[in-house]
Amino acid sequence: MSTIFNKSGKLMLSAVLAVATAFGVAGTAQAEWSPKKPVELIIMAGTGGGADQIARLLQGLIEKKNLSPRPFIPINKPGGSGAEALRYLQDKSGDDHTVLVTLNSFYTTPIIQDIGVDVTTFTPIGRMALDNFLLWVNTDMSDITDLDSYVATVKAKGKEWKVGGTGSGQEDSILTAMMEAYFGYEVTYIPFPGGGTVAKNLVGNHIDSTVNNPAEQNEFYRAGNTKPLVQFTAERLPAYPDIPTAKELGHPIEYYMQRSINGPPGMSKEAQMWYIDLFETLFNSEEWQTFCVEDGLACESFLKGDELGAYHQTEIAKHKDLIEKVGAAAITGE
Amino acid sequence: MESIVALLVSGILEAMQPTNFIMIVLGCTIGLLVGAMPGLGSVNGVAILLPITFLVPPTAAIIFLAAIYYGAMYGGAISSITLGIPGASTAVATVFDGRPLAQSGKADRALIAAAIASFIGGTISVILFTLFAPPLAAFALKFGPPEEFALMVLAFATFIGLGGDDIPKTIFSILIGLVLAAIGLDIISGQPRLIFGDISGFLHGINFLVLAIGIYGIGEMLWTLETTKGDVTVHKVRMSARSLMNNLRDIRQYIGTTTLGSVIGYFVGTLPAAGATPASLMAYGLAKTFSRDPDSFGKGNVSGVAAPEAGNNAASTGSMLPMITLGIPGSPTTAILLGGMIIWGLRPGPLLFSEHPDFVWGLIGSLYIANLVTVLINLAFIPVFVKVLTLPFTILAPTIYILCVVGGYAPTQTMHDVWLMFLFGIVGYLLRKLNYPVAPAVLAIVLGPLAERSLRQSLLASQGEMSIFVERPISAVCMFLALALVSYPVIRKFLNKRRSNGG
Repeated sequence: MSTIFNKSGKLMLSAVLAVATAFGVAGTAQAEWSPKKPVELIIMAGTGGGADQIARLLQGLIEKKNLSPRPFIPINKPGGSGAEALRYLQDKSGDDHTVLVTLNSFYTTPIIQDIGVDVTTFTPIGRMALDNFLLWVNTDMSDITDLDSYVATVKAKGKEWKVGGTGSGQEDSILTAMMEAYFGYEVTYIPFPGGGTVAKNLVGNHIDSTVNNPAEQNEFYRAGNTKPLVQFTAERLPAYPDIPTAKELGHPIEYYMQRSINGPPGMSKEAQMWYIDLFETLFNSEEWQTFCVEDGLACESFLKGDELGAYHQTEIAKHKDLIEKVGAAAITGE
Repeated sequence: MESIVALLVSGILEAMQPTNFIMIVLGCTIGLLVGAMPGLGSVNGVAILLPITFLVPPTAAIIFLAAIYYGAMYGGAISSITLGIPGASTAVATVFDGRPLAQSGKADRALIAAAIASFIGGTISVILFTLFAPPLAAFALKFGPPEEFALMVLAFATFIGLGGDDIPKTIFSILIGLVLAAIGLDIISGQPRLIFGDISGFLHGINFLVLAIGIYGIGEMLWTLETTKGDVTVHKVRMSARSLMNNLRDIRQYIGTTTLGSVIGYFVGTLPAAGATPASLMAYGLAKTFSRDPDSFGKGNVSGVAAPEAGNNAASTGSMLPMITLGIPGSPTTAILLGGMIIWGLRPGPLLFSEHPDFVWGLIGSLYIANLVTVLINLAFIPVFVKVLTLPFTILAPTIYILCVVGGYAPTQTMHDVWLMFLFGIVGYLLRKLNYPVAPAVLAIVLGPLAERSLRQSLLASQGEMSIFVERPISAVCMFLALALVSYPVIRKFLNKRRSNGG
């Protein structure tokens, strides 16, 4: 009851509450920082995709649990495989009211495109989850029942085979390039503005296959529109017990995507600590953990601050190797 | 059929429950005001209001968010007509004729036409939604990149095909819009284009509202200053019960174009790629093309207000469909709605209709009620809105100016866009002096990126074969209709000439 009262109070008398919060904060911890204005929650991908769903869930949870004195406002900046979002954050250097929800294009886009952004200067906050990838086709493709029949069909079709994805340089295009290099075929890669649109085009048979995250396909899978063929994980996901991993089938292709929260370069230490606390609370919430299980995300440990910074360093090195191996041209399709 | 009626009745009853009904009235009123304020984007508005929704049950919460969204669609027209600044990108086409009507002292007429047309558009589309949601969702799936491109060509055709305007100037104006639309990051390779060296403000492209507010808000003010030489112009507007009845009688004049605009708006809205802005522009273009008096468009024709308003309201209902069945929100505001659904564990997708029928039908039922509530609130407020115009120019002009700056700053919160808006204001004023139509440029900057993306996706898929656009039945039909629309004014002129020769 008291929380409800607080919430309605906040709405009607936000100014009064701001003063009250300031007092309350001063009472408990002296140097405690908290947002002074709405926080921009930048999503480096389009609406309806995995990152978007996560950002919107987090925004809702922050409001529901009353974790921030100011609202978080999700803003999609999908342009140029995340280049737009990265540049935006770079330009916001020193700003304490902007945070970014990342995909792996956080690593790959600056490697592939010269956008003048060094993500190691960004302020690491926390890693919320590792997302997984599965290979999906429309259920109408009755000839394709497993990875072998998929590879055979794609080899026969060659460039006529259309793989949909969320943009050249995005993680799905990297995974697609990895498969091309490993199985020795070439496909046509078509970028769409978000994972939701990719799913729609797969269901509508405008593309032939895609490597989507579970969250982006689950509902269509349940409705019988699409089917997964193989998962690119170390172990079978609890949500897909009957789908083999590529590793089991003897193909060592494994790929994950981090879902982390990062601030712009030069964010103040106090603000960083506040965001780390906030996102750790969210990470440990029942709602988030349930979401992870339902959507096939791995949420075992929360990497925060410098741990996440170190993790970013190793991932950047890994992606540089990967991109060198398959060639940037294979990813951008040029 | 019976089951639909039963579900709908239970949905409407659900929406009439006290909590839900209060949320509808509250949401519509807030939405109306949010939509009417050029500075207060509905995205920020809805995001800030999200906490309210945690105080009520999920269905009431979603209904509240939907009502705000709905009210904002009505509200956008208000500032378009009274101030000449589009409150939202969806209301740009309403400025074309709404502003001239207001300047000639007929603001009440324009506002009533906008409200009634919005009501008709909303009602037609929600009925279509009720009856044909599942088959239309299936039909929307048939729209791949080639079909989307063909639809964009059709949208352009509705503008080139307008009789009366100077055709070379119209094409020139479209080309300016297309060049502006090309600014930003390349959608396929991600490389920056036309960013004038390395000005990072151009990376996100030209924000459409910045262009629209610049041209219509700032440009219009410069024009007014020149024509009136700063004279105090007081518009006389009288509102009485009799004038209300007279204005309601106008309906006969625009019912045809409104119905057409509603159906087109609804359909365009159901396609995830398009949305309400192209829908309203297409509705306007068609209304003008098929009008008996196309020359009066842009100078204050009531149909020119009614058609786009019907179109954008119908599209806003239509865009609920891809959100519910595919999880693809058509606009930033619907994206917040989507976020709300995810929090309550309602996953949008093809199964939502069958697994949570009470939620879906409650939402649909609330659209019927929200539509009725908003039109009544809107009509009740019109005398207040009209009063704005009776303010002396010395007060009105600075107010408009401030609203323009706030509206230009709000979407991206950078001064870059404010300077750009002033630049567009000056360019818009010059274009107007030189007698260039600016509406086609506005259309091009909205549709340009959508057309480019779908064109390039299609050509990637077809390995560069243009035939992909005529081989697929839906895109072939759209292409044919586009051709027919472009040639329609020419043919009509020819026929008219023959007729007059014969007589």
